Amino acid sequence: MSNFVGLNPVFLEAYVVVLGIVLLMVEAFVPRLKKSAIAYAGMIGLGLALIATFFCTPSAIPADAAYAAYYTGDALAIFFKQFALLTTILVLVMAVEYTPVLETGMASNKPGAGVGEFYTLPILTCAGLMWMASATDFITIFVALELVTISFYILVAFMRRSKACLEAGTKYLILGALSTGFLVYGITWIFGATGHTNLARIAEALPQMAATSQTSLLFGIALVLVGLGFKVAAFPFQFWVPDVYQGAPTPVTAFLSVGSKAAGFIVLLRVLEPFFVIPVLQEKIVAAVALLAGMTLIFGNLAALPQTNLKRLLAYSSIGHAGYLLMGVASVGVVMAGPAIVYYLSAYLVTTCLSFLVLIIAAKSIGKDDIVSFNGLARRSPYLAGAMLISMLSLAGVPFTAGFLGKFLIFEAALADGQYALIVIGAITVACGFYFYLKVARAMYWQPAPENAAPVPVSLLSKFVLAVLTALVFVLGIFPQWILERLAE
Amino acid sequence: MSDISPLFLLTLLPLLAAGFIMLGANARLTARVSSVILFVLTCVLIFKYDRVAGDFQFVGGWTVSEAMGLSLLFGADGLSLAMLFLASIVTVAAVWVIPPIKDRQNLFYACILLISTGVVGAFASLDVLFFYAFHEVALIPTFLLIGIWGSGDRQAAAWKATIYLGLGSFVLLLGIIGLYSAMPVGIRSFDLRVIQEAAAAGVLKPDDWVYLLLLFGFGTLVSLFPFHSWAPQAYASAPTPAAMLHAGVLKKFGAYGLLRLVLPVFPEAMATYANLLLVLLVGNLLVIGLVTISQKRLDWTLGYSSVMHMGYIFLGFAALNELSLSGAGLLMVAHGLSIAALFALSGAIREKTGTLDYSELGGLARVAPKLGLLFGFAVMASIGLPGFANFPGELLVFFGAFSSPIATPAILGLSNFQWATVVAVWGVVISAVYMLRAYRKVFFGTMPDRWASLTDVDTLTRYAVVLLIIAMLVIGFYPQPILELITPSLLP
Repeated sequence: MSNFVGLNPVFLEAYVVVLGIVLLMVEAFVPRLKKSAIAYAGMIGLGLALIATFFCTPSAIPADAAYAAYYTGDALAIFFKQFALLTTILVLVMAVEYTPVLETGMASNKPGAGVGEFYTLPILTCAGLMWMASATDFITIFVALELVTISFYILVAFMRRSKACLEAGTKYLILGALSTGFLVYGITWIFGATGHTNLARIAEALPQMAATSQTSLLFGIALVLVGLGFKVAAFPFQFWVPDVYQGAPTPVTAFLSVGSKAAGFIVLLRVLEPFFVIPVLQEKIVAAVALLAGMTLIFGNLAALPQTNLKRLLAYSSIGHAGYLLMGVASVGVVMAGPAIVYYLSAYLVTTCLSFLVLIIAAKSIGKDDIVSFNGLARRSPYLAGAMLISMLSLAGVPFTAGFLGKFLIFEAALADGQYALIVIGAITVACGFYFYLKVARAMYWQPAPENAAPVPVSLLSKFVLAVLTALVFVLGIFPQWILERLAE
Repeated sequence: MSDISPLFLLTLLPLLAAGFIMLGANARLTARVSSVILFVLTCVLIFKYDRVAGDFQFVGGWTVSEAMGLSLLFGADGLSLAMLFLASIVTVAAVWVIPPIKDRQNLFYACILLISTGVVGAFASLDVLFFYAFHEVALIPTFLLIGIWGSGDRQAAAWKATIYLGLGSFVLLLGIIGLYSAMPVGIRSFDLRVIQEAAAAGVLKPDDWVYLLLLFGFGTLVSLFPFHSWAPQAYASAPTPAAMLHAGVLKKFGAYGLLRLVLPVFPEAMATYANLLLVLLVGNLLVIGLVTISQKRLDWTLGYSSVMHMGYIFLGFAALNELSLSGAGLLMVAHGLSIAALFALSGAIREKTGTLDYSELGGLARVAPKLGLLFGFAVMASIGLPGFANFPGELLVFFGAFSSPIATPAILGLSNFQWATVVAVWGVVISAVYMLRAYRKVFFGTMPDRWASLTDVDTLTRYAVVLLIIAMLVIGFYPQPILELITPSLLP
């Protein structure tokens, strides 16, 4: 590694995998250990990795490295590694809060059974996410994606005595396998047309490609889009989302909606990039993505309107946000689209984790996660309600929050790229968003609390995390260059 | 550009007060003291403003994004200062008329102060994006205020207003993005001064659709016909101080935006689409005027009247000459004062009687003479009688609009602008009809026996309304100082 400056990002993935395996071993061989210690060890371990990422200087891997062909350490990759690490830490915080609910759904009656695995599996998922951020070859992308997906299969169906959870697990397994099938099939068609699986080589080979094989290439790209459409929950591949989100343990839902979606988008950005060198291809791909974006926006936001369950509402909202992100992907013709997507994802990470954390804490003591069960939360626990209100406002896109600037940047890119139809659809769906996000505010603030409702207890760690996330929503909303400038390097 | 503007402190003041109140400070005391400090500071700034030098003063703030040309920048010229005056005086009045709140008093006061933060921030912002953002922020406390403490069908009203204004703001945001994208790369900025300079230098030439987006975006916020239907219902349901701040100040944000942002950039598009705007504003004046006459409740009458009176401001804006523009600027302040006074008094009536239905009220002047007297003043101001601030405003708009430089085809010897002016003058008669009718139905005629033991208006409300009326009278008799403040900001 002669010309490589700073820490090599490959070590980070290796470290996280080792961390996950070690914790799993400890869980298995030290039976007297308190299970929550594993979660705290995981948080600290991932936190160290997060700090270490700041010593990685973004640069391409030198050509003499054995893995140079399928691995990159560019600014985008480093950023998404941090993104994955932060998400996983937050998921572990949620998992600790969620443990009492989790134990009611476990097969064994022994307290703490299976909880240790619930804390370690997200760490392995995180390794997959981090690797995916750096993958530049269809094969490595596929392997990383499978590492993520397979650990999610386990996590989604974790509560074996809960029927809803099992249903969610089955649905996710079948549809996940189907989408994987689409993806692999698409990759083989692209390989057939270009002779390469490496993204850089594909970009080189494309101009020499015979015009007759363009149709087969497009077919391959379309299949890859379908496969990734499942991952990011784009219409019409979104139908698994509501049931799986509602049935899965809530921390897993949060992880799915943030980590899995972000992974899908970074892969989408990386995979589509080489094909944009051919203008004809770019035109067709952009048209397809724009179509997906428009349908996803309409479906996600309209279907969210009548929802009465908060988890399900957040599921539909996550579909809606995929629509805005796809709108950014459809605007790749302009330079600001890339940073806009990344900023939007970061804002989405902070805001969604905040809302899920409040949801977990409140639902634990209320016992249900319907919107009506949040009635009068502002009276019972004003700070919890305040945090939820702020996250809802940010999801809806009210100024001074991160969510507003995210939407602003996406719409700016779309306007510069001339995606007028998408902008009109987006403007209408933003208004829908105001309604269904404020529905939660209405329950918390307008409605009276049920009789003899006590304040909701919040642990010290959660209080701290809630405060940090709430502050981040505003800080990102006022100082976007923290994120935008890091990507400009 | 890192110096702190006094305007930033002005914006921070109600925000901090709201924060302290949420943390448990004495709501009543904190809110009253901070509102008075806000008003006094604003007056100090108005006197400190160097009228000879003109332009934006007290500029300060910090860069948010160099690449985007985005900065949290504060600064004020004459027009902004006039609006800040309106915002702070109505804040004082609104805070002082708040009746005892049984349920979650602290949240109520905090919401009122947050609205105040939003309007002060919007009028003090030099950066267009933050100007927009501050307004949007004020919508959330309004939503909570109407939804929690409103009257009547409060939930429906809160939803309607929030969704309507949310969509309107979003159209406006798209217009702002369009305007920003039309600037040549390299000087792109959200700084209002840069935008105005670029427009004056002729390098900023946005397409016409940007104008239409801004017109309908801002228009929805000022309840331009036919995008007005959120307003009467929301004002009727809102708690009194929220209605005062919203109808009096927050709504003027849209008109302020038209004068501030649209006027310097789009003089040609304004001339092209003058007829469209004229038709809509005649809708405000005539259609809504007639609708107002048919109302059967005082709060709905006031809500519709505030929609109707926006027609004059639109007329002043559309006519594009010095007289009409200064008239529109003056009318923004005048209408804000008069509608705030009217809502304060109608709130006092509702507080005492529990109803605002004309059929249940009558003869209240006998038991509550002071209330009747104050209401009479506010009614006369609202109609636009000489001596009150609305009169010079409307007069300037009429003279300006009649001699508008924009050429339109003549019908029966009068241009479209002149016809619109004729309608607008009739509008004064219409507003006299419904305001005097409201005054008669509530305060004169036979009094139902159950009001015999009614007490007169309480002291604090009286002081608050007297403060507003004094401001209206001073401006009405001597509009010169405020016109000298406003007019230079409106001319290129």
